[in-house]
Amino acid sequence: MKIVKYAAGLLGAALLPTGAALAAWELNMPVGVTELSRDIHGLHMLIFWICVLIAVAVFGMMIYSIVKFRHSQGAVPANFDHSTKAEIVWTIIPVAILVGMAIPAAATLVKIEDTRDSDMTVKVTGYQWKWEYEYLDQNVKFFSTLARDSDAARQTGSGVDPTTVKNYLLEVDNPLVVPVGAKVRVLLTSNDVIHAWWVPAFGMKKDAIPGFVNELWFRADEPGTYRGQCAELCGRDHGFMPVVVNVLPQAEYDSWLAQQKGGEQAAPAPAAASAQTVENAAPATAAAAE
Amino acid sequence: MANAHAHDHAGAHDHHDDHGPAKGIGRWLFATNHKDIGTMYMLFSLLMFFIGGAMALVIRAELFQPGMQLVDPMFFNQMTTMHALIMIFGAVMPAFVGLANWMIPLQVGAPDMALPRMNNFSFWILPFAFTMLLGTLFVPGGGPAGGWTMYPPLSQQLGDGFPMLIFAVHLMGASSIMGAINVIVTIMNMRAPGMSLLKMPIFVWTWLITAYLLIAVMPVLAGAVTMLLTDHYFGTTFFEAAGGGDPVMFQHIFWFFGHPEVYIMILPAFGIVSEIIPTFSRKPLFGYDAMVYATASIAFLSFIVWAHHMFTVGMPLAGQMFFMLATMLIAVPTGVKVFNWTATMFKGSISFEPPMLFAISFLFLFTIGGFSGLMLAIVPADFQYHDTYFVVAHFHYVLVPGAVFSLMAAAYYWLPKWTGHMYNMKLAKAHFWLSTIFVNVLFFPQHFLGLAGMPRRIPDYSTQFADWNMISSIGAFGFGLSQLLFAYIVFATIRGGEKATDKVWDSGRPHGLEWTLSSPPPYHSFETAPEVK
Repeated sequence: MKIVKYAAGLLGAALLPTGAALAAWELNMPVGVTELSRDIHGLHMLIFWICVLIAVAVFGMMIYSIVKFRHSQGAVPANFDHSTKAEIVWTIIPVAILVGMAIPAAATLVKIEDTRDSDMTVKVTGYQWKWEYEYLDQNVKFFSTLARDSDAARQTGSGVDPTTVKNYLLEVDNPLVVPVGAKVRVLLTSNDVIHAWWVPAFGMKKDAIPGFVNELWFRADEPGTYRGQCAELCGRDHGFMPVVVNVLPQAEYDSWLAQQKGGEQAAPAPAAASAQTVENAAPATAAAAE
Repeated sequence: MANAHAHDHAGAHDHHDDHGPAKGIGRWLFATNHKDIGTMYMLFSLLMFFIGGAMALVIRAELFQPGMQLVDPMFFNQMTTMHALIMIFGAVMPAFVGLANWMIPLQVGAPDMALPRMNNFSFWILPFAFTMLLGTLFVPGGGPAGGWTMYPPLSQQLGDGFPMLIFAVHLMGASSIMGAINVIVTIMNMRAPGMSLLKMPIFVWTWLITAYLLIAVMPVLAGAVTMLLTDHYFGTTFFEAAGGGDPVMFQHIFWFFGHPEVYIMILPAFGIVSEIIPTFSRKPLFGYDAMVYATASIAFLSFIVWAHHMFTVGMPLAGQMFFMLATMLIAVPTGVKVFNWTATMFKGSISFEPPMLFAISFLFLFTIGGFSGLMLAIVPADFQYHDTYFVVAHFHYVLVPGAVFSLMAAAYYWLPKWTGHMYNMKLAKAHFWLSTIFVNVLFFPQHFLGLAGMPRRIPDYSTQFADWNMISSIGAFGFGLSQLLFAYIVFATIRGGEKATDKVWDSGRPHGLEWTLSSPPPYHSFETAPEVK
C-alpha cells in the first residue's frame, strides 16, 4: 500500500546524515511554480488519497478475510455465491467516486488547453539531441545542448564520478530565458523524430512532432532555474538533452533580451539569476511540501 | 465455477486402444496433441522469460548508479526495446496460450483442440519469429532501439534489423491469430454435453473473450507495421509529414492494437485467479455471472480507450475528455472483479498453498497497479506522469505481480495434474516469498522516481535519482535470481516427486472436469465426452 512508501521514505531519510541528501529520497511529485502545476499537484494528491481510502477499505477486507477465515483455525466455509444487492452497491459507489474525480480533472484540463492571451511566444524545436529556442518576433534564436562537463562525465567508462558534476545531466550551455509572471506560449515542433519538452515545475509536457506544431503555456510565479528533460524516446542520446529554463525578473529579462539582439556572439545567459532566486533542482525540488 | 459437476466415469478412458506419444524428436516436431503443444508453449515461454529477464538485468545493472558504466546508450535502448518485445510476445502471451492448450480441452471435456495441425503450426512459428527477432542484435545497426511501440520516425532509423523486426512481428501475430481461432472453435464446438456457456469454467470464459480480442487487434498491428515497412522501402508516407502523412496516426493505430493487447495479457490471468481462489477458500466463486459480464465489459472498453497512452501528442480537448472518461470507466468492471474475489474469500476456509499465495499476492499487487492506472487516467496529472518511471511502475505492477504471478499460480495449481507429481512445497513457498518481496523492492521505488521526475527509457540519470534506482536494481537482481528457483522446481517436478492424487488439492473443491481425470491425465483424454449436469 502507498502509505508504506512514506514509512519507507522516513526510514530512508532517517538513515541519511545530511539534509542535502534527503532530497534524493524524494517520494512525491514536487509542487511547481505555476498555477497549472499547483492545480495538477492538487489533482494528483486528491486521486492519491482517494486511492488510499479505497485501498484501506479493500485491503482491510482482504486482510480481515485472510486472517479470520483460516482453514488452519477451523473456519467452516459458507456456501453463498452471490448477492445482487452487494454487487449493485459496489458498482454504483465506484461510478460516483469516478464522477467526483472527473469534474475537477476536466476543469483543470480546460484551463491547460487555454493558450489565449499569451504575453510572448517561444518556438521550441527538438533535434537529435538538443533543443532550439526561437523568440518569435524578436529575431533571437539559439541552440541549447547538454553542458560540457556533464557530457564528458556521461561517456561510457569516463571514470568521472557524476556526483562531482554540478547538476549532472540537468545543465545546458544556453538555457531558455523567460520573464517572471508572463504567460509564455510554447510552440513545439521537431526537426527529426518525436521529442517531448518537459519542465516538471511548470506541470506540463507535450510532444514535439516533426511536421506538426503543438502548443502549451506556463506562467512562472517565482524567478529561478527550472530543470527538466526530454520525455519521449528519441534515440541514442535521449537521456542527454535536458531542458533548462531561467525565469528572470522583467528588468533582467529585458536587458538579457537586448543583449541577445545586440548580436553578441552566443552570449550566454546569466548563469544564475539574481541572488534571491530559488535554485530549483527541478524534477526533485527540495522540500516535498505536502 | 458454474455447476460443472462431472460424472466420474469420465476419467476411465485408459482402456481404449490408446496410442501413446510418438518416440523421439518427432513427438514434438509433428505434435498435434494439445498437451504436448501446451507443454512446448510453456517451456518456450519460460526460456523467453529468462532471456527477457537477462535483458532487464542489463538495464538495471546500468541504472544501478548514475554515470554510464557498462553499455553504450544505443545498446541500452536495444535492451529496453527487446526486453519488452520478448516479455510480451515471447513470455506472457505464449504462456497463456500454453495454458489454454493444456486446460481448455480438459476443462470443457474435449478430446483435443479443434484444429490440431494448425495448433502445431502456430507454435512452431514462434521459434523462428524469435530467432529472427533476437538475430537483429547481430546485424549492422543492431536490434530495434526505438521502443517496443516502434513509433516512427524513430523506428525508421533502425538499420538492417528493420525488416527482420517487422517480419518477426508479423509471424508472432499470425501465430496468435491461429491460436485464438483454435481456442474459439474448440470452445464453441467441443464442450461436453450439458455444458452451456454459463456453466463453463471461468478460465475458459476469459480465454474465449481474449481470443476474440486477439483476432480483432493482431491484424491491426500487422497493418501498422506493414505501413512502417512500405514507408521505409516503397516510398509511401503514411507516417511522414513531408509527404502528407502523420507520425501520430501510427500511435493511434498502434494503441488501437496496444490497449486490447494489455487486456489480452490480463484477462486469462483473471480467469486463473478466479479458479484458484475458490479452491483454497473452499467456497464457490462469488458472482460468477458478474465476473463473466465484467470480463466482457473490460474487453469492450479496451477498444475505446487507446489514446490514453498518448495524451501528450496534442489531441483536441474533446478527445482528451472522452479518453479520460472512458478510461476511468474501466475501473468499474475491474473493481467488480476485485470485490468479487474478496467476497469469495470472505467467510471461506482459506489455506495457503503456493497457488493461493500467488493468487493473494496478485490480488493485492494488481490492485496497486489498478490504482496507479486510475491516477494515470486523469489527463492533467498524466501530463506529469507520462513517460516517467511512474508509468513503468504502473505497467510492471499489472504485468509482473499481475500477469506473471497468475502464471506462476497456474503452474503451481496444475503442475501436479500435468506431471502426476507434487512439487516441493517448501521450495515453492520460498519462491513465493522471494518473488513477492523482491518484486516490490524492484518496482515500488519506481513510483517515487517517476513522481520525482525521472523519465523512462534513459540509460543514465541525474544524481538525485541515485538512491531509489539502486534499491530498484537490488530488487531486480533478487527477483531475477529467485526465478531460477522456479525453473528448478518445475523441472524437478517433471522428473519425479510424490505421487499426486486425481483431485490434487484436498479442499473438497475444485470441481472442474480436469480433476476427474488421473494425474497425469491419459495422453488422449475425454475420447468419450463426459456429461455435465
